[in-house]
Amino acid sequence: MLTWLIAAPVIAAVVVMLIPSKRSELHLPVGMALSFVPLAIAGVIFYDFKTGEAAFQMVERIAWYRPWGVSWFVGIDGISLGMVMLTAVLFPIALAASTSINKRIKEYVVSVLFLEAALLGVFVALDLFVFFVFFEAVLVPMYLIIGIWGSERRIYAAVKFFLYTAFGSALMLAAIIALATLAGKQLGAPTFAFTDLLNLDLAASTQHWLFAAFALAFAIKVPLFPFHTWLPDAHVEAPTAGSVLLAGVLLKMGTYGLLRFNLGLFPQATVDFVPVLAVLAVIGIVYGAAVAIVQPDLKKLVAYSSVSHLGFIVLGTFALTSAGLQGAVIQNVNHGVTTGALFLLVGMIYERRHTKKISEFGGLAKVMPIYAGFFLFMAFASIGLPGLNGFVGEFLVLIGSFATLPVYAIVGSVGVLLAAIYLLWAYERVFTGEPLKEENRILSDLTGREIAILVPLAALVLLLGLYPKILLDKTAPSTEAVLDRIVAQTSYEVPDSGRLAGLFHVESNR
Amino acid sequence: MIDSIWLVMAFPLAGTVLLHFLGKRIGEPIAGWIASAAIGGSFVVALIAAVPFIRGDGATGHVMLWNWMPALGASFEIEWDPLAALMTLVVSGVGTLIHIYSVGYMHGDERFSRFFTYLNLFAFSMLTLVLAGNFAMLFMGWELVGLCSYLLISFWYTKPSAAAAGKKAFIVNRIGDFGFVIALMMVFTTFGTLSYSGVFDRAGDLLTEGAATAIGLLLLVGAAGKSAQVPLYVWLPDAMEGPTPVSALIHAATMVTAGVYVVARTSAIFELAPAASLTVATVGAITALWAATIALAQNDIKRVLAYSTISQLGYMFLGVGLTAYVAGVFHLMTHAFFKALLFLAAGSVIHGMSGEQDMLKMGGLRKHMPVTALTMGIATLAISGVPPFAGFWSKDEILAVAFEAGGYATVLWFLGVLTAMLTAFYMTRQFVLVFMGKSRWEEGVHPHESPRVMTIPLMVLALLSIGAGFVNTPFFGNGLEHFLEPSFEFATLAHPSGGFPMFFLLAGISVIAGVGGIVMAYLAYNRPRELWERFQEGFGKAWTAWAEAYRVDDFYGKVLVGPGKAAAEAAAFKLDLPIVDGAVNGIARVVRSVGSGTRTVQTGFVRNYGVTFVIGLVAMLIWIVVRGA
Repeated sequence: MLTWLIAAPVIAAVVVMLIPSKRSELHLPVGMALSFVPLAIAGVIFYDFKTGEAAFQMVERIAWYRPWGVSWFVGIDGISLGMVMLTAVLFPIALAASTSINKRIKEYVVSVLFLEAALLGVFVALDLFVFFVFFEAVLVPMYLIIGIWGSERRIYAAVKFFLYTAFGSALMLAAIIALATLAGKQLGAPTFAFTDLLNLDLAASTQHWLFAAFALAFAIKVPLFPFHTWLPDAHVEAPTAGSVLLAGVLLKMGTYGLLRFNLGLFPQATVDFVPVLAVLAVIGIVYGAAVAIVQPDLKKLVAYSSVSHLGFIVLGTFALTSAGLQGAVIQNVNHGVTTGALFLLVGMIYERRHTKKISEFGGLAKVMPIYAGFFLFMAFASIGLPGLNGFVGEFLVLIGSFATLPVYAIVGSVGVLLAAIYLLWAYERVFTGEPLKEENRILSDLTGREIAILVPLAALVLLLGLYPKILLDKTAPSTEAVLDRIVAQTSYEVPDSGRLAGLFHVESNR
Repeated sequence: MIDSIWLVMAFPLAGTVLLHFLGKRIGEPIAGWIASAAIGGSFVVALIAAVPFIRGDGATGHVMLWNWMPALGASFEIEWDPLAALMTLVVSGVGTLIHIYSVGYMHGDERFSRFFTYLNLFAFSMLTLVLAGNFAMLFMGWELVGLCSYLLISFWYTKPSAAAAGKKAFIVNRIGDFGFVIALMMVFTTFGTLSYSGVFDRAGDLLTEGAATAIGLLLLVGAAGKSAQVPLYVWLPDAMEGPTPVSALIHAATMVTAGVYVVARTSAIFELAPAASLTVATVGAITALWAATIALAQNDIKRVLAYSTISQLGYMFLGVGLTAYVAGVFHLMTHAFFKALLFLAAGSVIHGMSGEQDMLKMGGLRKHMPVTALTMGIATLAISGVPPFAGFWSKDEILAVAFEAGGYATVLWFLGVLTAMLTAFYMTRQFVLVFMGKSRWEEGVHPHESPRVMTIPLMVLALLSIGAGFVNTPFFGNGLEHFLEPSFEFATLAHPSGGFPMFFLLAGISVIAGVGGIVMAYLAYNRPRELWERFQEGFGKAWTAWAEAYRVDDFYGKVLVGPGKAAAEAAAFKLDLPIVDGAVNGIARVVRSVGSGTRTVQTGFVRNYGVTFVIGLVAMLIWIVVRGA
């Protein structure tokens, strides 16, 4: 099943390639239609996924090259489920939002579909070698999407994106190889299989080095302060769909990787490195938000808000409590939905006005009421209004972090205040008042197609905001297992209030 | 009945959804009547469900709707106890009247149905807040009313001042929320759950006095934001940019009382934290006096009422801070009636004066707007503390508790009495400037009484402002006290002893303060303009300071907003771009000069990149093989 999930976009890409270049009007519709296949498969996976099980499900494992212990090894658990769903949902939306692409449409669609395959691969790969290949493979189509279909400074942004993130993964590669080599010594044969590597007995100092190598690669991807400066450039230059996928899914490779590999493989190092990661996370939350306030460019504002929001995810991850981890996992999905939607919205106004400068707008709510409504809705989702999705993740993270990282949690909550400032101030300047500029007075409101693109995301915002249980029930056992393993292998103890078990006890008392 | 209690929330939510999607098609005035019916339905259901409590044999009911965040013990659950019932009745009762009034007030507005969408959404949010069975759902209602407040303050968003006021309200409230969220963190860390029963039942066992004090003070920060207390009150006067029914419903009768409600709801925590309670009382007393002085010198009919609301909320804080929870909630209720009435009557005046809000341009209106004048007069007497109107009983109960508490609380009592006199003064000043004397209208203004759809709600509220105070008097066997007591099972309720000489002595002082204020204002203002202007000038700089609201907004702008923005700009343009990114670019330049092959991007052949990618991958594989071996 999972193999087909990855293969589906590849096959779709091949189909699109086979369409003659002359029939350029067909590439995008066909590509988009075919992108519903992985979505359908993901739907089946979600339906079949056994709730209450912590272990990997739907595992497929075929030895690939035995001497090195490389295998085609894929599986899904609560930590990756949300990411797979998010990826499968965002790609058809991103393609539907790509109608303004007017050159090399075929290559564009192929790149996007390859990107989807690589991303799905990242989230289900359980062999570290395979994981790394997918992790790197993501770079290429994204590099092309920014570099070819981006705006003026696209080359600069694309190269920066590529080199920066590739640099991080070089160290991770060394760490992966070291792990496989150690496996050869300890287990009798080298292996890249995640589940086998869990059995390694790693000295604390070894863990520290390996942890650092993985963490750096992922920190750049997240991106954590101070490794974040590639992100605003990449976002500003990328076409709309590129931004949506970049913020929606690509960044999550970092947060996913931290949770899956750093917490999973290096429990001792995780406990030891908590202060470092928590500091960077909180700096990211506050700094990203503060910088977002004064951005003159709407897209840059949303980009910096990502830095802030992703900080919450990292904080929740390293809080090492049930609620914190659950918050991190669901915030991964939530941020993808809301920020993806905000980038779509910025793209829609850019297509009309060919500018993203906040000062160019004003009074748009009067001219484009539907657009304003969607923007405000997504802004409040991003601000963390309870009832919408952003709240669930941030609230779980903040409440969950307080037991172990009280000071960080308190400083982090400033981010919630700042989010209201940067988004509502931007909304005020773009949408309220009278539309004074002539260019703004003649703008047309959203088309049926644009509304159709936004409605599924709005529905997800409400669903995950009001009934996050649909996802939390499936993710909780896996995050609990990660926590259990850390407790079993280190002297770390989860405070009473930080454990799920105690909470259920309270509830059953009622 | 308890199983149907969810209908209380469902009606206005259904109204919101219906009007959001079909409101424009439904149009005026049906959209308004649908919204009114929705909130009216909530009132009826709540009334029926409250009967057992009124009879005295009701038990607290829990209704589990669905699970929200199990890891936090947070679900959508309703807790139906007397406090929730009273709040629900006030919110839906006053809410219904204001909805009906709005059908007339918003007549002709091009976004008529949108207004009622928001109004219903607000009703739903406020009911969520008061019916919540855990802190997370409480916080949801808490934030949603903030959202509605934002949407309705900036309802006329093409006016920049309205848009700015809405934003300011939300952000200042978020500052309060900062404290509120930290309080919730501490609650969860202590109890492992956010459910009311999981917290309150065990508070005595698990909370130390220090922790309880910290939680109490943090809750106060949140409450001070929502209920516009010193120093976070600055958003409420600006909130008057919203349509007047909004000011009546949200910024007088219901939402702004949420802070009082939260303190009352968490009485089990405050019970363990006397210092926090006393801080609540102090903040309340200071706010009451502070805002009352500002109200003295306002000339905008709505601003007087805005500062008056802040001041009256201060009384409520004083009450609940002295653990006189029943008295605090009692005043919350009577205030909801007479302040909603004051705002709606002011709206009627504004409506009749074609949008004029400056009291200096009014005068002599009682002949032209008899119903408005009469009802506003009743409300003025009620807020001034003249017996037997509603405000007298509730305010006096709070002041009596403060006096009898003695010691430090005597100071608070004195501030309260002083405020009572000022209140009577500025309210009478307002009444005289608006309704009495000679007309000072601008040319072309033809004042007229409002239509019946607006005056009938005024009359109903006037009756409540006259009679509602009796519910907690000995004449009714202190009904409210008995009604609410089960909700404060973990608290030691303070209430006036009601002893014979003391009761009349204190009541006498209050009445003298109130009547004295009325008489002074009447004498000062019921005479030609030059004379009362000279009277005001007699106060010198003090009057200017009051008129300018002590320039607190300027102060915050200079001390907080300005430096905050400068810091953000420094981070963005002096740190992020040149230093953090500069370092990266420095390194990148080196790397790029080495990997010059990437420049082929500019040649533009996608296939080349694909090939480059494959070559790179193969190279990596080889490297891995070599290293791995």
